[in-house]
Amino acid sequence: MLPAKIALNWLRYLKGVVFLLALLPLARLLVLGVLDRLGANPVEFVLRSNGTSALTLLLATLAITPLQRWSGAGWLLALRRMLGLFAFFYAVLHVLSYVWLDQWFDWHAIAQDVMEHRYLLVGLLAFLLLIPLALTSTDGMMRRLGNRWRPLHRLVYLAGGLGVVHYLWLVKKDLTLPLAYGVVLGLLLAARLYPARRRSDVMPS
Amino acid sequence: MLIRKPTDIPPSEITPRAVYRARRRFLLAAGAGLAASLLPAAAAGVTVQPQVRRKLSPIVRGPYGTDEKLTPYEYVTTYNNFYEFGTGKSDPARNAGTLRKSPWTVAIEGEVKKPKRIALEDLLKLAPLEERIYRMRCVEGWSMVIPWVGFPLAKLIDWAEPTGNARYVEFVSLADPEQMPGVRVPILDWPYTEGLRLDEARHPLTLLAVGLYGEALLDQNGAPLRLVVPWKYGFKGIKSIVGIRFVERQPVTTWMRASPREYGFYANVNPEVDHPRWSQATERRIGEGGLFNRRIKTLMFNGYAEQVGQLYSGMDLRKYF
Ligand code: HEM
Repeated sequence: MLPAKIALNWLRYLKGVVFLLALLPLARLLVLGVLDRLGANPVEFVLRSNGTSALTLLLATLAITPLQRWSGAGWLLALRRMLGLFAFFYAVLHVLSYVWLDQWFDWHAIAQDVMEHRYLLVGLLAFLLLIPLALTSTDGMMRRLGNRWRPLHRLVYLAGGLGVVHYLWLVKKDLTLPLAYGVVLGLLLAARLYPARRRSDVMPS
Repeated sequence: MLIRKPTDIPPSEITPRAVYRARRRFLLAAGAGLAASLLPAAAAGVTVQPQVRRKLSPIVRGPYGTDEKLTPYEYVTTYNNFYEFGTGKSDPARNAGTLRKSPWTVAIEGEVKKPKRIALEDLLKLAPLEERIYRMRCVEGWSMVIPWVGFPLAKLIDWAEPTGNARYVEFVSLADPEQMPGVRVPILDWPYTEGLRLDEARHPLTLLAVGLYGEALLDQNGAPLRLVVPWKYGFKGIKSIVGIRFVERQPVTTWMRASPREYGFYANVNPEVDHPRWSQATERRIGEGGLFNRRIKTLMFNGYAEQVGQLYSGMDLRKYF
């Protein structure tokens, strides 16, 4: 089990390590790009890599709260914001790769593409949802929003769900990966709902 | 407690390779923010399994070329859709090398004077091998320029002697789980089948290909024998053909069965008729420009309108997509 408390400098190290780990997908793209090893379709490769990183980190963010509740390790929460912001960071890179590398800022083509293909519409919705969450992630905004911060940030589950649907709708036939992401999201949501009901009176968190 | 010997593991508990690979891919992707995949080898630059590269000769230069830049051999042989070897683009190159290409026979059936089987060697004697440089447009919005080696399907049709009832040709791929790991997963309704109208099949552009870049086809490209129909989306180009059936009624193809809304029988390249998943107005040429490879406009019938347009005169191409 995780220790309930860890020393402050350990937490600082841990945050540093997680920070570097979260940068790995980007570092990988840069290394492969410099080595000219992005494969036959580099644009698709970069686009997909960033999409996968965004969704993976979003799920990692969602895993923090249940982990913390089960283990009582309050310090885990210190990682949550960073992971969430990295998820947003990769979502921005993902959307940027689409708008720039894939479509070359052809706004007409982009509008048409998004209107005609439901997977893009859902992706856009997920992205739009992430923006207010990122903007209200600072201590200042948390304080200012007070009681309203939590319900607002529960929207992250919706964003995750839309991300999974986006993925489900874009694959041609092999649904293995998007379904796996969906199952993980479902489990995280269930983990969140289950103990919350039983413990909320004992452990206000 | 009962301790089983390792040999007692029932076959049902052994994970099929493709499923295991899919799982591993997921774990790789999900694990620690992709941390494991920093190594270039694990990423895009896939190495082709050692398969024997065999020169084909003699080859004459066929009609219908294009002077567009050829897609590099490396990409033609590592970026493939061939679900019999896995659903990822680099899976076929990684998993191939397992096809037993000799002996290889093709069964000719259906509305023909006499059903028969023909060995690959004999099939190659039906006509001289030609090189044909064709554009290939995938339904997913990417394209290549490939120097195929083969001969017109029409030559085989003449030899097969279809009866007057034959109006369509149906093609069948090999579906052997021993040689094709992807077939162990019911991702598509195996065996893969495709079809053409008889006049499309007889069109001089329609090629029965046995090679590319002057060499025999590698497994991932549909060895030893595949179809190339350059004015149609790539999935019409059925690979590793073991059966050719002449039929009276329009066959239902694998992709039509999988998703009738998305895939029609004709599947002609058409920038004006969108696929529910991908815009068909533009395409990306593989192997050009790296990250700054801009999309180019997709041409009607993939640029072969002059040659094949008349096959579809009077047809509503939105309805018959
Ligand atoms: C405006 C918003 C978005 C747009 C325009 C967009 C666009 C795309 C496109 C074009 C693809 C590639 C499709 C293909 O190759 O066929 C893709 C894949 C993907 N996107 Fe998005 N996306 C958006 C938002 C998001 C968000 C917010 C997430 C995650 C939370 C996400 C996760 C993914 C994933 C996981 C993939 C698949 C990666 C793979 O196949 O390996 N996308 N997206």
